[in-house]
Amino acid sequence: MITDDLVNKSSALRQKWEDEVKKIVAKHPDQKESWTTVSDLGIKRIYGPEDIKDMDFERDIAYPGQYPYLRGCQPSGYRGKYWTFRMFSGMGTAVETNKRWKYLLATGQTGLSTAFDFPTLMGYDTDSPKARGECGKVGVAIDSIDDFRDLISGIPLDKITTSMTINPPATILWAMYIACAQEQGIPLNKIGGTIQNDMLKEFIAQKTFMCPPEPSVKLISDTIEFGTKYVPKWNTVSISGYHIREAGSTAVQELAFTLRDGMEYVEDVVRRKGLQVDEFAPRLSFFFNSHIDFFEEIAKLRAARRIWAKAMRERYGAKDPRSLWMRFHTQTAGCSLTAQQPYNNVVRTAIQALAGVLGGTQSLHTNSLDEVLCLPSDHAVQIALRTQQIIAEETGVASTIDPLAGSYFVEALTNEMEEKAWEYIHKIDDMGGMVAAIEKGFPQLEISDASYKFQKQIDAQEKVMIGVNKYVQEDEQVDIPIVEIDDSVEAEQLNRLAEVKRKRDNRKVAETLKDIEAACKKGENVMPYCIEAVKNYATVQEICDVYRGVYGEYRDPGIY
Amino acid sequence: MAERRIRILLSKPGLDGHDRGAKVLARCFRDAGFEVIYTGCHQTPEQIAAAAIQEDVDVVGLSCLSGAHKYLFPQVVKLLKAEGADDITVIGGGIIPEQDMQPLYDAGLKALFTPGAKLDSLVEWINTNVTPRA
Amino acid sequence: MKELGQKVLAGDVRSASRLIRNLEDQIPGTHVAMQEIFTKTGNAHVIGITGAPGAGKSTLTDELVFSWRQRNKTVGVLAVDPTSPFTGGALLGDRIRMLRHAEDKGVFLRSLATRGSMGGISKAVGEGIHVMDAMGKDTIIVETVGVGQQEVEIINHAHTVIVVLVPGMGDEIQALKAGLMEIADIFIINKADRDGAASLYKEVTNMVHMSVTKGGWEIPVLLVESVQEPKKFAESVSAVCDKIEDHYRYLVDKNLLSERLRRKTAAEFNEALWAAILQPVLNDLDAGGEMEKMVDQLLKKETDPYTLAAEVAVRYKNKV
Repeated sequence: MITDDLVNKSSALRQKWEDEVKKIVAKHPDQKESWTTVSDLGIKRIYGPEDIKDMDFERDIAYPGQYPYLRGCQPSGYRGKYWTFRMFSGMGTAVETNKRWKYLLATGQTGLSTAFDFPTLMGYDTDSPKARGECGKVGVAIDSIDDFRDLISGIPLDKITTSMTINPPATILWAMYIACAQEQGIPLNKIGGTIQNDMLKEFIAQKTFMCPPEPSVKLISDTIEFGTKYVPKWNTVSISGYHIREAGSTAVQELAFTLRDGMEYVEDVVRRKGLQVDEFAPRLSFFFNSHIDFFEEIAKLRAARRIWAKAMRERYGAKDPRSLWMRFHTQTAGCSLTAQQPYNNVVRTAIQALAGVLGGTQSLHTNSLDEVLCLPSDHAVQIALRTQQIIAEETGVASTIDPLAGSYFVEALTNEMEEKAWEYIHKIDDMGGMVAAIEKGFPQLEISDASYKFQKQIDAQEKVMIGVNKYVQEDEQVDIPIVEIDDSVEAEQLNRLAEVKRKRDNRKVAETLKDIEAACKKGENVMPYCIEAVKNYATVQEICDVYRGVYGEYRDPGIY
Repeated sequence: MAERRIRILLSKPGLDGHDRGAKVLARCFRDAGFEVIYTGCHQTPEQIAAAAIQEDVDVVGLSCLSGAHKYLFPQVVKLLKAEGADDITVIGGGIIPEQDMQPLYDAGLKALFTPGAKLDSLVEWINTNVTPRA
Repeated sequence: MKELGQKVLAGDVRSASRLIRNLEDQIPGTHVAMQEIFTKTGNAHVIGITGAPGAGKSTLTDELVFSWRQRNKTVGVLAVDPTSPFTGGALLGDRIRMLRHAEDKGVFLRSLATRGSMGGISKAVGEGIHVMDAMGKDTIIVETVGVGQQEVEIINHAHTVIVVLVPGMGDEIQALKAGLMEIADIFIINKADRDGAASLYKEVTNMVHMSVTKGGWEIPVLLVESVQEPKKFAESVSAVCDKIEDHYRYLVDKNLLSERLRRKTAAEFNEALWAAILQPVLNDLDAGGEMEKMVDQLLKKETDPYTLAAEVAVRYKNKV
């Protein structure tokens, strides 16, 4: 691609340029000595052909739809269809969230994404003592299928895809979705959506955990197997780097840990379920963060596609091209937003969203400007959604595919990200895989170190956050309307749950729970039993208690 | 040689597991010379109050990003008081909207920190406002 | 301070934790409370748990606590973590693995920082044991930090010493040679599902067989399963619990408990003497600025430490 001749010419010119720069810098020194990305990767003043001289166009770049899929999985890019505008939402009761969803669909959103409240996320019902004060606060409260029906009321399940950010109780919430589709007479091969269902990143980063890693991975493999057989359009896992990054990792760590998590799931399904890689791998999906360092993020997303394609082909012998495709959702970085001068967050989000699009995302959530203060207001959500629409339909960046390919800088940075990610991946291989690495606390500690270092850099003003450590506005009056979940939501939900428990056939519930328990003990796939249980109004916690009883509860090894 | 050293219990009440801030603070307080007892996440107010008493700490630092601070923070203060341990300073941090601040101070919280607070400012607050018990 | 002792004897947690704090901070007058409780101590079975960082000591301790609670015993835990030599601060995180006992009135868990003490365990540990003993705890577990020669000091405080090893750390056998071998009453190979557990088990068993038996006590080597397999883990820890109780019975039957107690008592008396005799001298020299002057003298080689010390001894002989 880059000929020796070009490198020779370029090197000579570069030498001349460098001499010139030296003279200038001697007279007018640079503003600071070291220039790094937000994740501390060193950046050169300029990049040239010699920085990518070892690249081979066919082997390393090629065209979209061609191995190694650096430039995208789909040949046609965004011309046929933009990425899915998928705003994460959920608050209070199912009825309220359903209202928000209909509002979002009316303003041009093209896919749904569900935020659940903490009791639901952790597998507790609203009436658990552990749930006190949490009901409906960060998402919608779901205790039984009764709530779920309200959540999806009036949403055409065969037309709209729904993503559910749910992890330990993923089997249960998915079972509710399936049961509702069945009630509506929609065949399972017609419904599409995503359950996040990625427990490894919970142990690593977000700490929404229930059972130990081994059985947690088993439950994930159950869903992958069930989806492969009966719900072929469903993404049964969304392997997530988002939370790893939010926990303070670097971009390289996000990339490496996420992909290594994905490999762990592939290995488990092959080993435990005896499925061929190509039977299930096309339904694996990913979820990345788009942080503030523009080019670093683009390079990360491009590198992710290439690493995954290589890993699937070389490590796992996948043959179906769809198995090699990394399809991913992106969310702009919540941790980059500031409570100070919150309107600046609109600008940050726009730049991050642009990076996600230039990185070739299939789906995007843009954060609302007020998310660092409270749940997003309708108005703030609208600006965030409009940000995506402006990028798609005004800026023209979606007209051509992977416009930054061939840039000396972007390709060199992409290569560097990939190289550093593989180093981590191999290190984790040597530890015996991700479950073993998590037990040793390796990824947890790497992230803790990175986040502490970053905070120190912020405090020392080595890294800048506008409004926080630079251009600070003293006596700032923040006039953002604050959305709050009324405490009456908890009382209302408690009543609902009590009503469900009073009306249902408790004997039938006990029976279906026993069936789940037996399936767990025998190592059978729990999905059919979960569907049966939720149809009989077994609650999220009741089923999770069965899991906890059989598999035990995970104990945080306390690594910081 | 007699020397009082500040002991701090850092904890995350409720079900939220976003412990980035708490973990950064734990290291920062250690580096400031405090003895930090870190309990991790998913704690009930009862567990936190019991731990604070067993550990004889001067300060309890609570971090909550789930919006449940309105219930959880005052509950810790209340339980400490019930055990006659209201001399323990309780501070909190997280996503706390302006309008929740006064009610939390009224409930006995001594300081509240929101995103963007500098580590140094937290250490300084403790050094200024907390004297290890005599 | 006297009142504090009485409250501790009545089992009051707040007073006990305060007393331990006073001991750690070396608050003058704390000995009054200790005088109050000392004669009432000596009833608890004290267990030391030691091993390299990452060996899983806290998780094991947590499960041991659970086992004893099942057997209706009250438990005290002193968990020791290192003080940073640079800042004097410490991050004490053992509690994180023992959360489920937080509200159990039958369990008292206290974290201690080493505070630069030489023995790898906090100076306050010995006294902390007395406090928990005086509170009426049946079993007291001391979990100590670090690996190597320093942690053998645990032997001065515990009746039963458990050494926790874990496969794949690489330096277990080195650690054993460095002194851990002599202090162990029970060996535990933790995380027994890991590669290398079987060979580590064999190696340790061989070493145990080759070493001198401790007066009829055959040192057991026990495997503890991974905590990720909760049922197996609980069963294997319950077996450890049985062995610990066997060891206690053995100590009592053979009248060996008093031997261990004697060692502990001597060590404590030593420390008390230090505090009573040397500490006031040091304080006095410090306060008068004399210490600085003496160090200057030594630096200038005007005299030697031996002569100077002898002079100080003569001078203070009748004062303390």
